[in-house]
Amino acid sequence: MTTQQEITSVNLIKPNISHPVDVESYGIISPAEIMRIAWEGVARNKVRSLLTMLGVIIGVGAVIIMIAISAGTEATISEQIEGLGSNLVFIQAGFGRGGPGGNNNDPTLIYDDVELVAGVNGVVGTAVEQQTTQTIKSDSTTLTDVPLVGTTPDFPSVRDVDISQGRFFNETELERKSKLAILSHGIAQELFGDENPIGQSITVGTTKLTVIGVAAERGIVGNTDFDSLVYAPITLVFDRFLPAQFARFAGDRVRIIYAEIEEEADMENVITQIQLRLAGTKDVAVEELPFTIQTQNDIIETEGATTEAFRNLLAWVAGVSLLVGGIGIMNIMLVSVTERTREIGIRQSVGATPNDIRLQFLTEAILLSLVGGLIGIAVGVIGGILFGQTSDMRTVIVPESIFLAFGSAAAVGIFFGFFPANKAAQLDPIEALRYE
Amino acid sequence: MKAIIRTENLRKTYGMGEIQVHALDGVNIEIQQGEFVAVMGPSGSGKSTLMNIIGCLDRPTAGKYFLAGQDVSDLDKVQLARIRNQQIGFIFQSFNLLSRTSALRNVMLPLIYQRPGSLSIEEREAKALAALEAVGLGDRADHDPNELSGGQRQRVAIARALVNDPILIMADEPTGNLDTRTGQEIMTVLQNLHGRGRTIVMVTHEPNIAEITERTITLVDGKVHQERILSALEAV
Ligand SMILES: Nc1ncnc2c1ncn2[C@@H]1O[C@H](COP(=O)(O)OP(=O)(O)OP(=O)(O)O)[C@@H](O)[C@H]1O
Ligand SMILES: [Mg+2]
Repeated sequence: MTTQQEITSVNLIKPNISHPVDVESYGIISPAEIMRIAWEGVARNKVRSLLTMLGVIIGVGAVIIMIAISAGTEATISEQIEGLGSNLVFIQAGFGRGGPGGNNNDPTLIYDDVELVAGVNGVVGTAVEQQTTQTIKSDSTTLTDVPLVGTTPDFPSVRDVDISQGRFFNETELERKSKLAILSHGIAQELFGDENPIGQSITVGTTKLTVIGVAAERGIVGNTDFDSLVYAPITLVFDRFLPAQFARFAGDRVRIIYAEIEEEADMENVITQIQLRLAGTKDVAVEELPFTIQTQNDIIETEGATTEAFRNLLAWVAGVSLLVGGIGIMNIMLVSVTERTREIGIRQSVGATPNDIRLQFLTEAILLSLVGGLIGIAVGVIGGILFGQTSDMRTVIVPESIFLAFGSAAAVGIFFGFFPANKAAQLDPIEALRYE
Repeated sequence: MKAIIRTENLRKTYGMGEIQVHALDGVNIEIQQGEFVAVMGPSGSGKSTLMNIIGCLDRPTAGKYFLAGQDVSDLDKVQLARIRNQQIGFIFQSFNLLSRTSALRNVMLPLIYQRPGSLSIEEREAKALAALEAVGLGDRADHDPNELSGGQRQRVAIARALVNDPILIMADEPTGNLDTRTGQEIMTVLQNLHGRGRTIVMVTHEPNIAEITERTITLVDGKVHQERILSALEAV
């Protein structure tokens, strides 16, 4: 028989039985070997491995895409804010609110205060704003709840609003309380469509105004949608549109005064001057002035805080999806341990210790989440870029988000791989070998 | 001759509650180095239980078991794994090969679980290949188990049992899943190993298979019932 010949041709050394086994030589098997075993485990069942990774792929992809979206939004907002016009100081009545109402005992910000602010050294321009909400009609269309902004002629230059058609009103028209209106891009579209709005007549509340200009498209900056406003001389707004019961005080109350500063370095100094003057005229201590005085940078910081909150929220959502992915890994690993009971028994029978088995399954779980993590990074980066290109939203891939996502994928693997790995390690070899 | 296996009043009791099964009920056996022993007995007589304990897969409830003079009755899981890895080779009825894993990788398995500092990957592969060649499957090293016949699979399993140079080979019904002719082939392989000095303990249900060995231990109800010792007969 051939078998016999082959056997006799191989030198099988007679085993040496005089040395008992050193049963205390615990050690672990080489990491390279563990990696190889784990890799074989992953590669042996590709479909199952892919399904296991799916949760992590989605989780990691979501983290990167969501952070890219919030970073994109953030970038857009700060660019817009920076585009407000440089070196601007915002003086607001109350603490951010202002306008008619509020506590009547508090000093209020009034139209005459503009003169005071304009008189401060270093201030090169001022604008003022008071708002009411009105119903506006053209011949064909009626719009309700439109913000009517009463302001002064310098508004377009101070707030960087371009006039795309016609013009803004001037000092004379302001003094005369001329019945003029400048429409923002969006309002002009809604009221007149493709028609030329210049020279047209609109009814604001009960007053007829003539449209003399249209502001260029601007978008949303901070909380203001610059494309849904109507501008008019503030004197006219005081006269016609503010509720009668406030005539005595509110008639010349203003919501906000803008001051444009010549040199950015002067900013702090100018603000102090403004505060001192206002405190003087209101007859209160500087610390008690109920006005919010903010610079560009203050506003950027506030916006930054809100987008950071938004980003945190998205990170949470993504974190939850990673968690779900991790639980997915754990589920499939648990099923896999059961399915592979026989394999575990075989390994145990040839001398795998509980630690060897634990390490094998733990390494498999980590391997799955890392490979899933890598695929997730590809999905996230490509998805983020595609999303930015195909939707209105801008996306910015944040490098840190890639590390964050990859790190969490690894953590998920270790954390959720541990339980199934432990279960595998604790199997009894005899029962495992008998498992059908 | 040195005793590879010596048991003293070996007991294995299953079930902690009211109903207790005495799978092994005081077994005293001694098997010398180089012996080829068959274990027979009716179903449920404790053959597999005895094999599991002798093979260091399980521990006795009471009694002592000395493997090559070393008392292994009270070793823990990890220590038993070390013993299995270095001193014992298993051959199962259902082959128990890893699926979708080449014959060579299957045979290498015991070497993988040796602790570091033992063999390089190349040495392991060479050793596994030598073991495959020893069972006549040198040309099938790259084949997966599902590409091999039952007899070939069992020969891969035998190669795996050999690769660590074990002092003891345990075979629980190695021909149970094979037809008569293939069974004979496997027995020839085992006989050859025996001829080269291996100690083999084999469970079987088939008397004609048992006859090939030099000694048969028959278990009934967890006790040694009778022994047939060929060498003693031959000596007459
Ligand atoms: N894990 C276990 N739990 C409880 N009882 C068990 C267990 N394993 C075996 N037994 C019992 O121990 C006795 C001996 O079983 P064992 O498997 O050793 O028999 P066997 O001689 O190998 O039988 P067979 O020829 O059918 O393989 C049987 O009564 C069996 O039911
Ligand atoms: Mg049995």
